[in-house]
Amino acid sequence: MKRALLSVLLVLMTASAFAKEAAPLAQDPVLEVRLMRLSKELRCLVCQNETLADSQADLANDLRNEVREKMRQGMSDAEIKHYLTQRYGDFVLYRPPVKSITWLLWFGPFVLLLGAAASLIFFLKRRRRTLDETPLSAAEVARIQSLLNQESDRA
Amino acid sequence: MKARFLVPFGIFVALVVFFAIGLNHDPHEIPSPLIGKAAPAFSLPQLETSAPLTPETMRGKVWLLNVWATWCVACREEHPVLVELARSGQVPIIGLNYKEVRGDTSINNVEQLKPVEELALGRDRMRVWFAQHGNPYIFTALDLDGRVGIDYGVYGVPESYVIDKQGVIRLKHIGPLTPEVLQAKILPLVRELSK
Repeated sequence: MKRALLSVLLVLMTASAFAKEAAPLAQDPVLEVRLMRLSKELRCLVCQNETLADSQADLANDLRNEVREKMRQGMSDAEIKHYLTQRYGDFVLYRPPVKSITWLLWFGPFVLLLGAAASLIFFLKRRRRTLDETPLSAAEVARIQSLLNQESDRA
Repeated sequence: MKARFLVPFGIFVALVVFFAIGLNHDPHEIPSPLIGKAAPAFSLPQLETSAPLTPETMRGKVWLLNVWATWCVACREEHPVLVELARSGQVPIIGLNYKEVRGDTSINNVEQLKPVEELALGRDRMRVWFAQHGNPYIFTALDLDGRVGIDYGVYGVPESYVIDKQGVIRLKHIGPLTPEVLQAKILPLVRELSK
């Protein structure tokens, strides 16, 4: 009897080891996946080269919670992005929207590439023309001939 | 012949100009989209009274909203400047205390605190701070969970906002206020808006 009581007591004691606060992650796996996907598109404002998904900053944590809550309220991803850009500006988006002030950012590299390609073609064409236009003089031909002869003599 | 040297020289000058702009540009200063927009509404507990503070209280006045916390090192640096500004009476300053308890990483049992306890602890910490360093604020509100901070686009304390008579945000300053910043940016704007 005593032994049985003790074993029951021991079993009960282990129960506290299993008791654990439910992690927010387990609450809604679908929503967490959606949260991760969206927060990869968002910039952490404290560590600016990290996404909201990667950042361990306090603010990033708060913002993830905020986004999670907005998702629970049924806001779409676009609406959540709008909510954040209203507060933090386009900077919060990892992919800045295409608008007049970001044209240089989006199209500048292509303009540079086109410019570089055009000048390369221009220079190559000009070089070929100068090369073509100056045939060897008789003296130069003779000098080449003698140099080649020297080379064959040595061999 | 001349153009041959002028072209690389021109590119060099352009690069120097770009670098000079880049070096003088602080990437941590993110332009706020709230400039020219109405200051977001909030209703928060205050330091000494349970009556909530809202921006409506300040309608008809030009005022400075200062976001701070006692755990914030840069706010410590800024505090004497604010006390001096308050003494000069040039602009009323409202303190928005940002995550007084949760933001302090040296407190480790924050999750176990009840909301009432968190509020009490926050108020105590602020009282101690003001007793030591002076209180420049005409009102101080506690944003314990940082939600109002998010509405104002706060991403690092201290931050300050100049808000006009109609309740529109006219300027945001990131980082501590210095006498230079006050003289060059804040006070001229306050004077102009007060006209």
